[in-house]
Amino acid sequence: MDAKPVQFVRMQHEESHGYDRKTIDYIHSAAQRGLYEIRGLGAKRHVPHFDDLLFLGASLSRYPLEGYREKCSTQTVLGTRFAKKPVVLDIPVTIAGMSFGALSANVKEALGQAATAMGTSTTTGDGGMTQEERRSSKTLVYQCLPSRYGFNPDDVRRADAIEIVIGQGAKPGGGGMLLGQKVNPRVAAMRTLPAGVDQRSASRHPDWTGPDDLAIKIQELREITDWNTPVYVKVGATRTFNDVKLAVHAGADVVVIDGMQGGTAATQTCFIENVGIPTLAAVRQAVDALEDLNMKGQVQLIVSGGIRTGADVAKALALGADAVAIGQGMLMALGCNSDSYFQNGALHSAAADYAALGTSPGFCHHCHTGKCPVGVTTQDAALEQRVQPDEGSRRVRNYLKTLNMELTTIARACGKQNVHHLEPEDLVALTVEAAAMARVPLAGTSWIPGWSN
Amino acid sequence: MCGIVGLLVKTPALRERLGELMVPMLIGMTERGPDSAGLAVFGKEVDAGQRKLSLYAGFTDEGAQFPWAALADALNHAMDVTARFDVKGNHAVLTLQGDAERVKLWLREHYPKLYLLSTGRSIDLYKDIGSPAEVAARYDFANLKGSHLVGHTRMATESAVTPDRAHPFTAGEDFCLVHNGSLSNPYGVRRKLEPLGIHFDTDNDTEAACRFIEWRLREGDALPEALQKGFEELDGFYTFLMGTTTELALIRDPFACKPAVVAENDDYVAIASEFRSLAHLPDIRNAKVFEPAPEEMYVWKA
Amino acid sequence: MESLNFDLETQTVRDLNQYLHGDAAALAGQRIAVTSPNGAHNIAVGVDAELHVTIKGHAGYYAGGMNQQATIVIEGSAGTGVAENMMSGKVHVRGFASNGAGASAHGGLLVIDGDAGLRCGISLKGGDIVVGGSVGSFSAFMAQAGRMVICGDAGDALGDSLYEAVLYVRGAVKSLGADAQYEPVSDADLDAVRLLLAAAGLDHDPASFKRIASARTLYHWNADANQEY
Repeated sequence: MDAKPVQFVRMQHEESHGYDRKTIDYIHSAAQRGLYEIRGLGAKRHVPHFDDLLFLGASLSRYPLEGYREKCSTQTVLGTRFAKKPVVLDIPVTIAGMSFGALSANVKEALGQAATAMGTSTTTGDGGMTQEERRSSKTLVYQCLPSRYGFNPDDVRRADAIEIVIGQGAKPGGGGMLLGQKVNPRVAAMRTLPAGVDQRSASRHPDWTGPDDLAIKIQELREITDWNTPVYVKVGATRTFNDVKLAVHAGADVVVIDGMQGGTAATQTCFIENVGIPTLAAVRQAVDALEDLNMKGQVQLIVSGGIRTGADVAKALALGADAVAIGQGMLMALGCNSDSYFQNGALHSAAADYAALGTSPGFCHHCHTGKCPVGVTTQDAALEQRVQPDEGSRRVRNYLKTLNMELTTIARACGKQNVHHLEPEDLVALTVEAAAMARVPLAGTSWIPGWSN
Repeated sequence: MCGIVGLLVKTPALRERLGELMVPMLIGMTERGPDSAGLAVFGKEVDAGQRKLSLYAGFTDEGAQFPWAALADALNHAMDVTARFDVKGNHAVLTLQGDAERVKLWLREHYPKLYLLSTGRSIDLYKDIGSPAEVAARYDFANLKGSHLVGHTRMATESAVTPDRAHPFTAGEDFCLVHNGSLSNPYGVRRKLEPLGIHFDTDNDTEAACRFIEWRLREGDALPEALQKGFEELDGFYTFLMGTTTELALIRDPFACKPAVVAENDDYVAIASEFRSLAHLPDIRNAKVFEPAPEEMYVWKA
Repeated sequence: MESLNFDLETQTVRDLNQYLHGDAAALAGQRIAVTSPNGAHNIAVGVDAELHVTIKGHAGYYAGGMNQQATIVIEGSAGTGVAENMMSGKVHVRGFASNGAGASAHGGLLVIDGDAGLRCGISLKGGDIVVGGSVGSFSAFMAQAGRMVICGDAGDALGDSLYEAVLYVRGAVKSLGADAQYEPVSDADLDAVRLLLAAAGLDHDPASFKRIASARTLYHWNADANQEY
């Protein structure tokens, strides 16, 4: 008699957790191509984040503010430490650095218009400053990156703030990346590259390494701008406590911390998902560093990386940030991952273009291809018409308005006349990890894991 | 992250002015290193049967009011070492006749919070938190005399700002090291050395480099060989300046991102992270000024 | 024309730069001497006028940084990043230059009579650099556009990751960087070297220089090429 192997029917379709279909597919692809995957956006994996925090609204011991008559101030001043002309914003939500090259000129203009309308700032990226953006954005932060593409003293003097970028949350330790299909003649000219080549990245600045030299570089920029202009220092979140202290020692007016959820237009997936720490963990460290040096209030903190909603903004402020910067959210406001785009007065379906990329709305991360179905992260002359500055700026303005309204709603509910009065004690955590990272108690208890009473 | 200074004088007359010439050099490096400062000075060697221990009382409760006289009495009572203390507030140089290791054991037992900075026949070492100007004033650096010294100003990168994490670090006798830069594998180096019986005081990356060289010297390498092995095993960016009884030695890693400049004439050799610190040395205009090449060892004999 | 003097023992770098940032028309043609520089950083940065600055001694970091139109002469040595991001004009170092000389320069001419440290011409974006002595390792790293003339030797990894910048070396090259290759010298190259040497005030036979340019194999990432990126 044949011995038949025993088979447990229900387990025939049990997926391995470690070697799931996604992982098997990854290994198959690697074996086929000998290439890592490159994609856009930020970390997709689940990490402890602001979702795990809740506010303690007004009750018997705390009194709320009324909606309209009782003011809740959102004015935000950045760069008070040394600059003659600090940046004054109407709201604490800014638009993060994203390059012309990664994004189209229309998008840069739309972002500029929206920011101006809402009284906030935009930031240039790894491609330099475009005319469109300087013209349309009332308050423009000019990035100084390791590549120095397009960096020049005239734009330095035209800027309202300068942001020295040491790294970004998506890839701390890595430099910019733009594949040849997005290096069109205009982008190429701005970056001093041959058109159509894959841009290679410099991960270190060419003329300084380390905080002792950064101090001299910051002074150089101050001298060039006659001490008018605030200097921000942006770091991807890794050893945040040390980095913030060093940035302060080096003379930064503002420190910008970008958590691992922060987006990019193109980077190796393994880099995005495995290097850097969550924004939640970084905010706490950054604030601790400032308080340790007694610089809270003198050096301002901007937090970015996965800020999506007004509640996120409120939580970032409560943890000690002075402002937030949003990148991916702004692109989504413009239509990223939308199933349609608005052109010539009507909505059109983008389904076919998503399908051509092998993806669909809600799953797309193909910024690196330059074939953005909704015309946001593209240099293609036809595709970029799918975002028009007027409609684009309307959408971004609305998003910023919504964020601000949500922020003030929460602040008022916590009894604050000024959103900057939100504090860590207004928060509790839902999970042990979030409680430990943010250093707030687990809801319903007085327990902060890892912190002795 | 840091500033380095080194000075070696070539004429006996200048030995009297060693400290006076060095203080402006050290203060010139304040922006590079505002947190803490320190230096090791190599002066007249005591006899073969004697040793000098530099001791720091900043961790004790009494601090700058530490009862050094009482300690001297207790020590001389406990063993016959004719201990003599030269005191400057929370610091003292203990000169003894006899077995230094026995004295160190006794000190660890009876005064555990007293911190040993250096051991040797020619080296004296000072380091503390505070700005370089404050530390220089605290220990009267301007009046130091000797043939050569190694100094440092610190901007802490990863470990905390505490006196023991300031530089220079010492190993064995009459050897010290200061560092500008950041090592990327200090914990791996530490884990390799601790099982070999090398003791670490701090988690500072510079100490890892110093202990590595201590280990190689202990194993019989001459300094150049030890440093050659260092190129292979120590990872990161560094300019190292080292002092022994008879030499100053300088090396830079292959990337040479951390700055260093040397000025030399018939009277002195001066080293600093930036020319600013050398600008006021006597007759600097006619000195030979150059940048040391990466991966090369420069040695000057005192 | 008379020289205006700034003595950095009694005045600050900030005072000097403030003056140099004045009205370009009023400053045009002026000659300014900076005495007792003593290795100070950021001397004459962000200048945008046709004037002449002489730094009488050693300069610290970023001397002549982001220069436009001006002629800046450093009679001693220069620290890290001399003439970094220069757009136009001329910076002349009579002594040696430290690391990152001419980093990311878009235009203008940087002349170094002595040696230059590591990473000379790193990220060059169209400027010209002429070095009378030798250059350190990693020089012309990621140099995108512009020209370098090296009268002495070069260290390791010369022109690593080169784009369209062209290098001319007279002495020995310790090693070439990734994607850098020797190429035949054309008449156009001889003319270019002749003119650059003349502008730098140096005298060598242009035919004694080798041409190094990009092999352009890193322009498109592909798996078969065994690239590291």
